Amino acid sequence: MTDATMTAAPLKPATGPIQWLRDNLFASPFHALVTVLIAWFLFMSLPGLLDWLLFDAVFHANNVRECRAAGSGACWAFIGEKHRLILFGLYPYDEQWRPMLVVLLLLAMVGVSCMRRFWTKWLAPMWAATLVLVGILMWGGVLGLTYVENAKWGGLPLTMILAFVAIAVAMPLGVLLALGRRSDLPAIRAICTIYIELVRGVPAVSLLFMASVMLPLLLPEGMSIDKLLRAQIALIVYASAYLAEVVRGGLQSLSKGQYEAADALGLSYWQKQRLVILPQALRITIPPLVNTIITVFKDTSLVVIIGLYDLMNAAKASIVDPAWRGSSIEAYAFVSVIYFAFCYFMSKYSQGIERRLAKAQQR
Amino acid sequence: MASQPAKTGSGSAAPIPKAPPKKIRGVFWNDPQVRGIFYQILAVGLIAAAVWWLASNTIANLNSRNIATGFHFLSREAGFEIGENLVEYSPADTYFKALLVGVLNTLRIAVIGIILATIIGTIVGICRLSKNWLVAKLASIYVEVVRNIPLLLQLFFWYSMITEFLPGPRDALKPLPGFFLSNRGLKFPLPAQEFAYDLAMVLFAVGLIAAVAVSRWAKKRQNATGQPFPTLWASIGLILGLPIAGWLIGGAPLTFNAPVLQGFNFVGGATLTPEFTALLLGLVIYTACFIAEIVRSGIQAVGKGQTEASMSLGLSKGQTLRLIIMPQALRVIVPPMTSQYLNITKNSSLAVAIGYPDIVSVANTTLNQTGQAIEGVAIIMAVFLTISLSIAAFMGWYNKHIALVER
Repeated sequence: MTDATMTAAPLKPATGPIQWLRDNLFASPFHALVTVLIAWFLFMSLPGLLDWLLFDAVFHANNVRECRAAGSGACWAFIGEKHRLILFGLYPYDEQWRPMLVVLLLLAMVGVSCMRRFWTKWLAPMWAATLVLVGILMWGGVLGLTYVENAKWGGLPLTMILAFVAIAVAMPLGVLLALGRRSDLPAIRAICTIYIELVRGVPAVSLLFMASVMLPLLLPEGMSIDKLLRAQIALIVYASAYLAEVVRGGLQSLSKGQYEAADALGLSYWQKQRLVILPQALRITIPPLVNTIITVFKDTSLVVIIGLYDLMNAAKASIVDPAWRGSSIEAYAFVSVIYFAFCYFMSKYSQGIERRLAKAQQR
Repeated sequence: MASQPAKTGSGSAAPIPKAPPKKIRGVFWNDPQVRGIFYQILAVGLIAAAVWWLASNTIANLNSRNIATGFHFLSREAGFEIGENLVEYSPADTYFKALLVGVLNTLRIAVIGIILATIIGTIVGICRLSKNWLVAKLASIYVEVVRNIPLLLQLFFWYSMITEFLPGPRDALKPLPGFFLSNRGLKFPLPAQEFAYDLAMVLFAVGLIAAVAVSRWAKKRQNATGQPFPTLWASIGLILGLPIAGWLIGGAPLTFNAPVLQGFNFVGGATLTPEFTALLLGLVIYTACFIAEIVRSGIQAVGKGQTEASMSLGLSKGQTLRLIIMPQALRVIVPPMTSQYLNITKNSSLAVAIGYPDIVSVANTTLNQTGQAIEGVAIIMAVFLTISLSIAAFMGWYNKHIALVER
């Protein structure tokens, strides 16, 4: 108010670690109290957790008794003993380099798909070729590889195959369903809407049950499909409905002018979708698409319920061994880390894309 | 396939006529309307053919396997135990009763799960926006860890935590007097059957209804006259005061039906079974992290100018949150919240993996016993579709209720 304050130089914002603490941890008496309470809680719980995870953990033992005798922490020796079973299920032990190669191959393809440089028309054929290669490696029977029936597949490669095949097949299906739901033809719109809403209205578990108990009844006598394919069909049906809704969101966000412009150019329906609408719609839907892919990846664990040995079930199978009874927390922790690594990477990636899209929109 | 005729259509439109003809008459198969009808007939025909093929296969299969059809089995004796039941049930009851018990179990977990997940999710969502670095960081670690691990895995984790790592009934943990936490679940005392408690329950319901009525009246009066009314305190008074008054009128009894250790297990009191507890913990912790993200983005969607404008009007911080921020944030929050509520309900079907007798688990037992897979699956789908549509309808109504009223 006075002249002095009017002419004084503006105050410099204080910086430095002390100021940071004051701003972010002790901004008010209430914040200070909360900070102290949380710090106390962390001080009480973190050392115990670290002891369990590392300092008191046992890394070498022959069975769970030795483990418990050697230390009060986690029994990581169990993972050392059982990691092959958890990662590859019942796949023949000497042939486990094949599923290992499959995992690396799929990981490499995921890496390639994440790079914009490779977003060309070759990406889809590359995925198709990869899946064929995966099939050859897993089944064998050609090129001097011994044949391994798919009842013996398990662990991480099975989880990845279920997820990636489900998404690869459900993606085009989902696009068609989304277009169908927005079609001008009432019958086609009704069919697509009913399909999407029916599938989204019931739990994924019931779709798996349906596939496992009803598919044998629905097919003609003598024609039977195995458990893996049934689970795969259920996952495809499930994923396609959810992907369709994501794609529909993208379609709806396009302005009407885009459709009208494409019509005015004399493009046919499919040309219009392929050249004008879908490239724009799919680009905006990448973040929610990745989120749906994460959901599908996590939900492959539901095949436990119909008895496939995916990563989740292989972990459950590993703790049945009486020599290692009571190691379930270690097994679940190990598997959690694998699931977490996949999903965390994908969600960070989708957030990155989201930021880039937001930046592109700002101009 | 379908693109082939469409291409010729655009080709025939390409040559530009020198003088505009009075009426463009192409060949009839180039008429989009005719084509639309053709495609629809084709699609419906294909689907009808597929359904007919599947149905005839099914009938042939059912005949050759001697499986009965229809829902007659519902009135037969079920003959299996169900661990948890809200209504009385014994193996001598019918399949219908068994399925009803399953439906009620599903509803119980869904309702409790939705309430708890909403509360925890909202708190965590607000914590993520906290100015306190430690609070925000912890909340975001919780969200990142929990949402990237499959729910089923979390359920197995909690279930084995409870059944393997909690002590047996003899050395049960006693977090509160009368409460026993063991690998048989949580045992806790219940008020004994007495008139005073019944009266309190009835008055609690009356208090709830009265609170709603008072808040409506207060709002109407404030709209008409501008006079505010302390609605919050009046509601709290009604909801808490009436039951306490009822309890006092009934003679203020303090008798409890407490659990007592007898032999190897507890007698009396109420129980949360390990299955129920694990399922509830898993569902709530998992869904709360998604709800937290929804709440956070809802609050962030309200512009900063709104807070500043409200402050300059002289509203307090609480009033700003309640009257300015929340009504606007809710518009963003409610639609995705609806799908989270549907997710809780659908995910409760994972109960089948840890042995909580929900509808999927009971229907699964039923279809294994009777062999009538189609009817069993149909029942599951009908139940979930009904619940889903009810939740969607309710949330749709609520969404309309809070939506922005424009000119």
